[in-house]
Amino acid sequence: MKIGVLGIQGDIREHVMMLNNLGVNAVVVKTPKDLEDLDGLVIPGGESTTIWNLMEKKDLIEPLRRKIEKGLAVYGTCAGMIVLSKGIENYPNQKTLGVIDITVRRNAYGRQVDSFEVDLEIPVLGERSFRAVFIRAPMIVKVGKDVEVLARHGGTPVMVKQGKILVSSFHPELTEDTRIHEYFLKIVESGERI
Amino acid sequence: MGSREIKGTWVVKKGFAEMLKNGVIMDVTTAEQAKIAEEAGAVAVMALERVPADIRKQGGVARMASISKIKEIMEAVSIPVMAKCRIGHIAEARILEAIGVDFIDESEVLTPADEKYHINKHEFKVPFVCGARDLGEALRRIAEGAAMIRTKGEAGTGNVVEAVRHMRQVMDEIRRLKNMPDEELVTYAKDIGAPVEIVRMVKELGRLPVVNFAAGGIATPADAALMMILGADGVFVGSGIFKSKNPPKMARAIVQAVLHYDDPDMLARISEDIGEPMSGKDIRELEVKMQERGW
Repeated sequence: MKIGVLGIQGDIREHVMMLNNLGVNAVVVKTPKDLEDLDGLVIPGGESTTIWNLMEKKDLIEPLRRKIEKGLAVYGTCAGMIVLSKGIENYPNQKTLGVIDITVRRNAYGRQVDSFEVDLEIPVLGERSFRAVFIRAPMIVKVGKDVEVLARHGGTPVMVKQGKILVSSFHPELTEDTRIHEYFLKIVESGERI
Repeated sequence: MGSREIKGTWVVKKGFAEMLKNGVIMDVTTAEQAKIAEEAGAVAVMALERVPADIRKQGGVARMASISKIKEIMEAVSIPVMAKCRIGHIAEARILEAIGVDFIDESEVLTPADEKYHINKHEFKVPFVCGARDLGEALRRIAEGAAMIRTKGEAGTGNVVEAVRHMRQVMDEIRRLKNMPDEELVTYAKDIGAPVEIVRMVKELGRLPVVNFAAGGIATPADAALMMILGADGVFVGSGIFKSKNPPKMARAIVQAVLHYDDPDMLARISEDIGEPMSGKDIRELEVKMQERGW
């Protein structure tokens, strides 16, 4: 299994280390060529405006969109979720890939002083709660009918899935808990296109 | 509903700094400059009254920027906004935290308020970045609660030589520490003036336990690439952008250079047609060395 981590900007190393700890050889993806034989891709946290801007300059947008439409499994955390979403409520002019049917609101939980940790119930991971780290996090404000909500915080979805696309408002890569990455690897392995 | 949110933890502070990696943080003095920085792909801006080159030229006491200036910049952009407080100035830091600044730089670029003690940064919800010239200084700042370290370099000079010296110094000490037998650690910690627990952590990780950026004198895309080659996690650019002839072009080029630092062909293309960089200064001719502030 070959998993890439989009290596433009952000906490790339933390995702690579998480995947390495699970025995997966993670590769850092910087060019369209790097996308070619991937089974899954993680888009890390960082600044969504910067990541998008540089994806455009690297001609990564269309090749990545095509790969995802053909069934590449993707997991986006925080900024990665924004990049995958259909649109941004409070920044309607900021472009996104639009591959998952959710609308997000950037920095919706406040500025950095409001960033927080919280224990979440995530039924697909089992009974033990998951320590979620929210950093200047985006909020999922609208979900389409094909989107499955996997976890909520304060009534709002914070981790959702549509087909082979998984996103979360928070950062499992900043904790020691590997369960969400393991869950993503199961999605990668779950066979053919959706 | 659900369990309790806990704010301002070490994980949240250190984690935020991780999000800035491979990014460029730019000094700005107006809302308009902040927008230019954001459009160029900056991961954050540093809101200032004057860039370091002007602070150096004008002399006098340099303090925290005016609150209206910082708020104006916070309203102009969606990326994080940082601001500087004087070394040891607890009240300036509290004020910056109260207005919701995303990161505080306890900075030698401003005139120190305390010549003996830095701020106890553990007591704040907002994360701090601090400058360091060597491993001991970096680890003292981390012990005080800094969630991010940067080289001091020599701000406002457009001369990268001091940033290079400080980055090489820290990296060299980490390399030596990695191979150091355990019985030497306590003495080593005493010699460099750092807590042994953090020294041990650095030995085990093979790097600092927090993000390590380059700052102080970076003026061109090639300077930024050099700092990345030497092991920086990202770059602060102070006077280098808005003291250059064409700030939007210079800003975009430096952002690109940080991403492509290991690709010489790409760097050559990026470095073409960037206009004239800021004029530089020889370190030996300086009256004030900002890097000597803080301890």
